[in-house]
Amino acid sequence: MASLQHSQAIKGAKVLMVGAGGIGCELLKTLALSDFQDIHIREDVTDWLNYKAANVFPVMVGWVFIKVRDGGDGRECSYEMLGLILYLIDMDTIEVSNLNRQFLFRQSHVGQSKAKVARDAVLRFRPHISITPYHANVKDSNFNVDFFKQFNVILNGLDNLDARRHVNRLCLAAEVPLVESGTTGFLGQVTVHVKGKTECYECQPKPAPKTYPVCTITSTPSKFVHCVVWAKDLLFAKLFGDKNQDNDLNVRSNDAARSSKNVDDVFEWGENEDIEQYGRRIYDHVFGYNIEQALSNEETWKNRNKPRPIYCRDVLPDIMTQRNGNNVDKTDDLLSASAMASLGLKNPQDIWCLMENTKVFIEALKLFFTNRRKEIGNLSFDKDDLLAVEFVTAAANIRAASFNIPLQSLFEAKGIAGNIVHAVATTNAIVAGLIVIEAIKVLKKDTESYRMTYCLEHPSKKMLLMPVEPFEPNKSCCVCSETPLSLEINTHRSKLRDFVEKIVKAKLGMNSPLIMHATALLYEVGDDLEEDEIANYNANLEKVLSELPSPVTGGTMLTVEDLQQEFTCNIHIKHREEFDEEKEPDGMVLSGWTQALPEKKDAKTSNGNGASTSKSLPTKPGNTEIDTEVKEISDGTVSPGTKRKLSEFSDGSPVDHSSDVDETRNNKKIQKHDDEDELVMLDHWDSDMSKKQRLP
Amino acid sequence: MVGEELTEQETALYDRQIRVWGADAQRRLSKSHILVYGMKGTITEFCKNIVLAGVGSLTLVDDRAVTEEALSANFLMPPDENVCSGKTLAELCRDSLNEFNPMVRVSVEKGDLTSFGVEFFDKFDVVVISFCSLATKKLINERCRKLSKRVSFYTVDCRDCCGEIFVDLQKYNYAMKRLDETTECELQYPSFQEAISVPWRSLPRKVSKLYFAMRVIERFEEAEGRKPGEICIEDLPAVLKLKKEICEAQSLNESHIPNALLERLVTGTREFPPVCAIIGGILGQEVIKAISGKGDPLKNFFFFDSVDGKGIIEDISDPTPKR
Repeated sequence: MASLQHSQAIKGAKVLMVGAGGIGCELLKTLALSDFQDIHIREDVTDWLNYKAANVFPVMVGWVFIKVRDGGDGRECSYEMLGLILYLIDMDTIEVSNLNRQFLFRQSHVGQSKAKVARDAVLRFRPHISITPYHANVKDSNFNVDFFKQFNVILNGLDNLDARRHVNRLCLAAEVPLVESGTTGFLGQVTVHVKGKTECYECQPKPAPKTYPVCTITSTPSKFVHCVVWAKDLLFAKLFGDKNQDNDLNVRSNDAARSSKNVDDVFEWGENEDIEQYGRRIYDHVFGYNIEQALSNEETWKNRNKPRPIYCRDVLPDIMTQRNGNNVDKTDDLLSASAMASLGLKNPQDIWCLMENTKVFIEALKLFFTNRRKEIGNLSFDKDDLLAVEFVTAAANIRAASFNIPLQSLFEAKGIAGNIVHAVATTNAIVAGLIVIEAIKVLKKDTESYRMTYCLEHPSKKMLLMPVEPFEPNKSCCVCSETPLSLEINTHRSKLRDFVEKIVKAKLGMNSPLIMHATALLYEVGDDLEEDEIANYNANLEKVLSELPSPVTGGTMLTVEDLQQEFTCNIHIKHREEFDEEKEPDGMVLSGWTQALPEKKDAKTSNGNGASTSKSLPTKPGNTEIDTEVKEISDGTVSPGTKRKLSEFSDGSPVDHSSDVDETRNNKKIQKHDDEDELVMLDHWDSDMSKKQRLP
Repeated sequence: MVGEELTEQETALYDRQIRVWGADAQRRLSKSHILVYGMKGTITEFCKNIVLAGVGSLTLVDDRAVTEEALSANFLMPPDENVCSGKTLAELCRDSLNEFNPMVRVSVEKGDLTSFGVEFFDKFDVVVISFCSLATKKLINERCRKLSKRVSFYTVDCRDCCGEIFVDLQKYNYAMKRLDETTECELQYPSFQEAISVPWRSLPRKVSKLYFAMRVIERFEEAEGRKPGEICIEDLPAVLKLKKEICEAQSLNESHIPNALLERLVTGTREFPPVCAIIGGILGQEVIKAISGKGDPLKNFFFFDSVDGKGIIEDISDPTPKR
């Protein structure tokens, strides 16, 4: 029966799980339980030995699996331990905010490796399962194609696009099937990717995280999120991060001020300066003086509400008392330093008034300079660093007050700043169950029954769990087929560095790239490079494309390769002079595979810029925490060219689903074909949209 | 806003889920009391989910001793005789669940579920029973309905690759949110008895085959005096005969209950862990919705079959309700 078949398939299978977080914990548990599904179903071993299709048979004896190897004549048998063989990779350590859903972890495990603790926890209820944990990044070079080749299937429970793309490429190169998954709140999805049979994870373009035009952040914020981005990426980075990093904090709408070299000195802390005085000076500069400067450019405010400069003395006339005295003594517990604690603010859901925000601002800054002095200069924003969250919340709120934007609580600000994705245990459990079901099909090579499944928040055609047949590979996918891309770029102005950062790393997701023009190597990353090579490549990075040793101009074909991912891409270069600063902030446009979605006439269609991306701010990929991937989208259109059947739907309203907070599948469409026919059509190629006609 | 504020500890622990359902819902959860019966795989999954979610208390009822079958889909008990001997299923599960979330009080109530009087159920907001006979389902549902306050009642069963959830929220009001619009809705749920009494003819044509199949199995076990799941392949001919009789009585075409499906349900009485996770997850979500008042609750059956992969909601209630 079905369950027997499942367990036979899963026994002895070698499985790699990537991620031991929200989905990972649930998946590890369900996999481990599934391994022991049919504890007593077979007493008649000889019957099994008569089964000649394979010469390896799993038999359960007590709690231990034993593999019976048929010696050929059916008599000589050797025995060895056998069960599901699991490898588990996760680079993270356990945080308190994981404990509401990552049920294999306890308070006492906070700070320890997720992979290792998860293994130990599963061994408590399934002592004989083989689990090899790695507390490591899946992008580490030892997890190469050969490593991946040893597995029967890879199961992803990841939280970021970067790692998902990396694993996808390794799976393609190693020709190992991949089951991919993600959840957000009550939404979830599971997909199966088998090279040559179904689409790969990257066959559908993944929209880049939302970014905001620089001037919106620096001069004309209109939403709270703009203030958070300013507080985190500009002010926090300026005060506590790497001083040498470019920073637009002082870019103002009048050019006169920009040229002033002195503005940077404002942020220097004089050795003899009282910390509170320093804090007040910074406060007055960024919330007072800078706003005054911006106001002087009247053009900007013609059609906008003018901001109001805020000075510290007006909000907080008196010097704050030294309430933080006891915190200074706690040298052993520096990370627990909290402005809220020393100010007696308790509820993170409360919205602080301007004065409270001002106090938190000054207090947090003081605590950084007194308790965490050594870290200053190297800090980057971390949502789990309470003091950093407090500082950013206060700064964002003061700026919001200045621009007449409603203030928010620390809880909300933290969610925005940390890109925190909503997560609950139930969706992760459901998705884990679905992953195991698909993994079993993969192990059984039951290709016909592979499904992608969506977990919905609101039922669609009576379904909360909706299976869809997987799509065929996208023939124009630059990852799983060898389709060249084209890049419009100003070859006289863009440097090789811009190309590497904005295209090769950000868009193509390469980890250790190598760039070639015909046979000339322009750039390379690797551990085994000679010093002169490194110097040479570094020099190239700073050159504009047309001035490289082997000049790159319009018509050039560049080859970009990642040896670890075994992924090669050809890029056809087209020179273009001008780019729209707002719409094309990169100053270059890659097309072919990640083609932008054509404008839709359909107002209901979401293209990933609506609510679905509201949570994804322009943070570095490493900072995002996404357990996830699904997002409800809108309705759709049918393209005759790519009809696909959805397992029988019974009524006709169009549905549409799609992915992820920052990886929204822009455009998956499901629609009933006609009133009689119960087939439901799916189409999801953004790039195809322009070519195809809609059905009436 | 209701009641007192969440503590700092609660806010830190429940951060990610408060972002899903809000602080208000979290407070309601922390004041709710749940009763479960039948500590097998699906209920274990459900318990994990609501303990993590942070309900006020969870009471477990299951006096059975540990068997290998009970261990097969259960991750709360170590397969260790030294730990398991002398303890009931409920006691062993309590010990593990307590560790999941120290803020939730998990306790065990000893005794036979059917012997508990109406007043016993008054202590709870939610009652979930699993692997119960038809008679027990009806009995407990009726006891919950006799109380003046609403006690949400759920039954859950997983067999082979299939699972079924039944929900009775009696009269339930909620705000349905779609994009920017909010509509006040009132749902009127039938009891289990009322639901299964709805003539099959009057059900929509597309009702899940599992609904019919589960009713046949239920009737068979009832008629033969079996415990739930006490059925095997040798019973198949009798089950098929019963199916024929019921279909004739209900004037339903027999093709609505495929023999292959009945065969699967008769032979695969064990729970399949991935289905436990899925059904336990959906059930957890539904209970959280009902307690918190956030989200659209399902009415009134849910079915999942991993063979087709669909998770379907069916509304099995009298199409002409008394208004």
